[in-house]
Parts: sequence; structure tokens; C-alpha cells
Amino acid sequence: MHSGGKIKRSYTRSLDLKKGCIEMVHGSGGRAMTQLIDQLFLAAFDNEFLRQMNDQACFPGFNGRMVISTDSHVITPLFFPGGNIGSLSVNGTINDVVMSGANPAYLAASFILEEGFPLVDLKRIVDAMAKAAQGAQVPIVTGDTKVVERDSCDGVFITTTGVGMVPEGIAISSNNARPGDKILVSGTLGDHGIAIMLLRENLAFHCTLESDTAALHDLVANMVAAIPNIHVLRDPTRGGVATALNEIAHQSSVGMMLYENQLPILEPVNAACEFLGLDPLYVANEGKLIAICAPEDADKLLATMHKHSLGENAAIIGEVMEDMHCFVQMETRFGSKRVVDWLSGEQLPRIC
Amino acid sequence: MKYIDEFRDGALAQKISANIAIEANPARSYHLMEFCGGHTHAISRYGIVDLLPDNIHMIHGPGCPVCVLPIGRVENAIQLAQTPDLILCSYGDMLRIPTATGMNLLKIKAQGADVRMVYSSADALKIAQDNPEHQVVFLAIGFETTTPPTAVAIKQAQAMGLRNFSVFCNHVLTPSAISHILQSPEVRQLGLVPLDGFIGPAHVSTVIGSQPYEYFTEEFQKPVVIAGFEPLDVMQAILMLIRQLNEGRAEVENEFSRAVLPTGNVKAQVLVADVFELRRTFEWRGLGLVPYSALKIKSAYAEFDAEKRFQITKLSIADNKACECGAILRGVKQPQDCKIFGTVCTPENPIGSCMVSSEGACAAHYNYGRLRDHNFSMKKINA
Repeated sequence: MHSGGKIKRSYTRSLDLKKGCIEMVHGSGGRAMTQLIDQLFLAAFDNEFLRQMNDQACFPGFNGRMVISTDSHVITPLFFPGGNIGSLSVNGTINDVVMSGANPAYLAASFILEEGFPLVDLKRIVDAMAKAAQGAQVPIVTGDTKVVERDSCDGVFITTTGVGMVPEGIAISSNNARPGDKILVSGTLGDHGIAIMLLRENLAFHCTLESDTAALHDLVANMVAAIPNIHVLRDPTRGGVATALNEIAHQSSVGMMLYENQLPILEPVNAACEFLGLDPLYVANEGKLIAICAPEDADKLLATMHKHSLGENAAIIGEVMEDMHCFVQMETRFGSKRVVDWLSGEQLPRIC
Repeated sequence: MKYIDEFRDGALAQKISANIAIEANPARSYHLMEFCGGHTHAISRYGIVDLLPDNIHMIHGPGCPVCVLPIGRVENAIQLAQTPDLILCSYGDMLRIPTATGMNLLKIKAQGADVRMVYSSADALKIAQDNPEHQVVFLAIGFETTTPPTAVAIKQAQAMGLRNFSVFCNHVLTPSAISHILQSPEVRQLGLVPLDGFIGPAHVSTVIGSQPYEYFTEEFQKPVVIAGFEPLDVMQAILMLIRQLNEGRAEVENEFSRAVLPTGNVKAQVLVADVFELRRTFEWRGLGLVPYSALKIKSAYAEFDAEKRFQITKLSIADNKACECGAILRGVKQPQDCKIFGTVCTPENPIGSCMVSSEGACAAHYNYGRLRDHNFSMKKINA
């Protein structure tokens, strides 16, 4: 949101948030852009840093280790049961920051808007961002908007960047998994991906499945307080749990064994996956985490997760093993073992 | 989940496994072909081979819809997709099948062609309704399971008077492919592929019924057990085949009785017969030209036939020389016999069609079977 400090902040007409739409002029740096920032973004995100309307946010420094993470959010459809691109863009970046064990502190948000995009929809998105940011007590302190011509983007793209502060003594990293460690997940798998897919592909399933998009900062804070020595935290977004675990296995040079009968998966997710020929292990999550810890810490960590509303369905799903091949394997309910491999391309539904 | 969990019960699997071990005669071997990719997938995914004695050999058959489509037809589809103002629709796996030059429909899409993945023929019809200024072609593939929905789409297009919808028909038939395998010199004369019995298709049989298989049991004296796609279905079918072979019987038995009737789905058969007729011959990847093994659109529906509308010409393109998909589809070779399996040819970068679909023998083995391959090196996995 480039500053418009010198421009007089009174407008002959206020933004038409019901019928108006994004025009090229909203990105041109003039009065229309300032009005958009003032009446939409600043009104929703309002905080002392943003209110200064500078090109940057200036805030007090931290002592100790900091983390920074950035994420671009592009999703079709923009609105879905359980959230929209706005809540997703705030929660997603907060989660990336907190997977280091950090306390999230500030967010920046950058918007690419398509000419013709309805302001009423933009307001819903911005309000959802504000609500998510306020819920997590992480202010959006700076930002930017650009407008591109019609058909040059898919409505709205949002890039968010977050910074946070790592408490002393915490060293969580994906290369810390050790043979013998237990693998935990914070809840049911695949809810977000299936909710989106059912909408996007016009699949005429009737179900009440919602995206699980949520900020995990509070859950993580409780977990880190209970077990400061958590080895690995990761949010299994794109590619699902299988992809995240394969990445961790390679980063830590270990193998893993999962237990199919321990995987928490909602019945509608399982049913949709069976119907479409998909594997829920590869389906995206937006409000779940994987935790890996020493075996002696696992029960306490699990109990801590169970006490939090975002960890009610947490489960120990497997363990880390020595394996020079870094295979992630699964003991199936059927009693056999199979490789849970990297995803090749996109998961595609089977034909017959 | 109801109707799923019952058929994946590990304890029951151990019981069937024990019965197979007791009843299988150690003095002989059993070579059983699962025709369908759905069975291949189940066998790999659930590690069924681990539950069988060493003298039972499962041979993967050619029943994977995208695997058997010859490269020439894929090339036809790619050329079609490059026609201006044309939208080409097909099922997911089809979009990744490579041609001889490594091109596929997804790559063509990235270059600007309008290629769309659909979940059903009805989706393609809807796209045609929504885009009256575009020609919409449904690239129809698959065995008898996917043929009735294509027939429905054509009949609906006719009823709606849609002038911008057509079907590039590549539907193939299961019984003629099984006959072709049984008549092949590799099976009949050379004995390269010992074949004692078949696990018959699941979903295909719901449409065609169990009767069409009776010809094989009589003519070739090979038992057929129709089985569902769940792992316990497959194990039970293996046990039933062993019993038939031990008793010297060659009959059609139906393990999948919860879904398959002897006569099949007559309504679907009538629909298919109304819209389609037999081709005199059709090229199958791996099997070559197979007489009366595929369907074309009847002349009464010619206006919906993309082959006529766009004057699609027959292309005959050889497989990549290093690729063993042909031999694998005939059951002559196993995926791990192929020199480029897991090295040059991987699911990320498939050379042959068997590596594309999760039902393809190579992809199924790559994804689930590698743990059992002792000589498979880490280097290959990272390739």
C-alpha cells in the first residue's frame, strides 16, 4: 500500500463496495488507489504501523533468533466452505512461521488484483484476512496492491510474509528426525483438498466437508511449552502428509513407517477419495501439522495436542527408522507393507 | 467405511492366504493373469504377492485403458487439440500419455491448446453447451465400463441439437483382447507365457455380464473367475482359480456376485448397441492389430464422430525401442525386466504408457512393488 500521505483524504464519493469493481486506476498510484487503501484495506487491518501509511513498517526489534517466511496464495475457487483466499493467506503464512516453534509477530500482505474484480468480493476477502490476523493477534503492518488487466490473473493473488521470534532453546528443523522418533499429526487428513476439489470439479457430491484452514500458532505454543525438544514441525499443505514426510525423510536421512489403521481420516474424505481413486495421504491440509519427537516425549505431546481445539483428533501415526533409502513406508490395514512415495505430477482420478 | 473395510480385512486375508497355501499343489505352478489394471493396482497396493506361495505367479494383463491406446491415436489427439477454437476433453490419466517425441496433452495445453480434464462424458457435454463458439471434442477411451456414458453423451447431444460436440472414439472390448492373448503364438505354440487361468474384470463385467467369458472356458479350457477390485476379492478369486485347476475344471465363476449378473447391464448394452458398431480391426499398444476389438460410432450418429468431422487419418507410430510396454502388456515380460524401468522411465517422466496410469503394470510396480526388488538401487529412485 504505497503511501498517499500527501493526498487529501476526502473523497467526493466513497468506494462503492456493493456494486463497484477494481479498475486499472486503482493501481495507478493516484487518488483512486489511496481511496481503495484507505476505505478497504486500512479500514479492515487498522493498526498503528499501517496507519503511518509509509512504504515500510517500522517496528521495535527483537532479541534472539527471528524467522521469516513468505507464501503466495492462488486458489480456485476463491471462496470455499470453511474460508476464502483471505483467511488462507493469513493462516498459511502464520503456520509456516510457527513450524519453527516461533511466536508470529507481524505480517505483510501484497495483492495482485484483476481489473473488473468485484469490490464486494474483495471486501469479503479483506475482512476474512483481518479476522484471521486479529484472531491470531498478528497485525498486517505493511502491504502493496497492483492491478493487472482483465484475464491477466485469476481474480486475486495474495502474497503474505510473516516474521516471528523463536523462543530461546527451541531448535525445530526438518533435518532433526532421528530413528526411534514418533510421528504425530494434529488432526484429520485431507479435509481442505477434498472440500476444494468437490467444489472445483463440479462433482455433484453433497457433503458438509469444510476446509480446515486455521492458524496453528496457539497449538504450537502449547506444544513447545510442553515439549521444548520437539524435533520437527511441518504443515502438510500441497502434496499432503505423504509429500511432507518424504521431504523430512530426505532432509533427515531417515526412513519412516506409518500405520494405516492409526491415520485419522474423516469418513467423507475417505469416501470421496475411494470414489475418485485418490489417496488421502497426498491431499492438501491447511490447518494441520506433523510433529516428530523423541519416543519418550510422544505421549505427553499427544496429550497436550488433545487439549487444544485444533488438536482434538491428534494421533501418533508412525515412527522414524534407520533407512539409507529414505523410504516412507506404510503398514497397511491389510497386513502388508508398501512404499508411500513422492507424488508424481498431480493426483489424477482413475478412469474405470 | 461400509462396503470397503469388509473387503480389506487383514485377518480374513490371512485366512484366505492360509487356505491358498494348503490347497495349492506344491508339485506344480499356477500362472494366473489378472486382465484389469484395477486388479494390478490392488495386487501391488496391498502387497498380495507377499501373501501367496512362491508357485503362484501373477501375470499383469492389458486391461489398463490408457496403456493400450496406440501412440498413433495419442498423436491424433494432440494434433486435434492444436486446431484453433477447439476444446479437447478427456479423462485425467489420458493427458499424460507421451508420444514418441515425448509430447503429451498436458504439454500441448501449456503451449496454449485448450485441453480440459473431465470426470465424465457429461462434463464434456456441458463444456460444449457453455462454449457454442468452440468445437468440443471428447477423447473417449476405455473398456466396456466407460462406453455406455459415451453413448449417453452422444444421444443427449443429438437430443439437444448440439452442433459443436463430437467424440473421438477409442473404446475397446475386453473379450476380444483376451482371445487375442490366448491365440497368440507366445501362449499357444511357444509357451513363452504359461497361462493357466484368468481373474476376470470387475467393472467391465458389471456391464457385459459373466456370459461372454464362457467362450474362453470352452474354447481354450482356461478357468475365469470374475473378481471385484478390493484385495480380498482378488485373494478369493485366486483361491477359486486354484480349486478349479486342481479339479481339472475350466468354468466361469463369479466372485463379484454383489455387482455382476450373468447377463450384465442389459440397458447399457442396448444403449451401446444403438450408438456404436464393431470396427473390423483396431490397433492395440502391445497387441498390434486385434480383429473386432473396438467400437466406432454408427453412421446414424456420424455428425458426432470426430474422426469424420475432422478427417482424422490413421497414424502408425512405433513405440520407443527401449520401451517394453508391448511385451509387458502381453504378459511376456515383467516391469522390472525393462532396461529403462525406474531409470529413464519413471512416473514423473514416463516413456511408455504402462508407467502413466496408476493401473499400469509399471507404475503400480514402481509405486508399490519396489521394496521387494532387491537389486533396485537408490540411484534409480532419485533419477
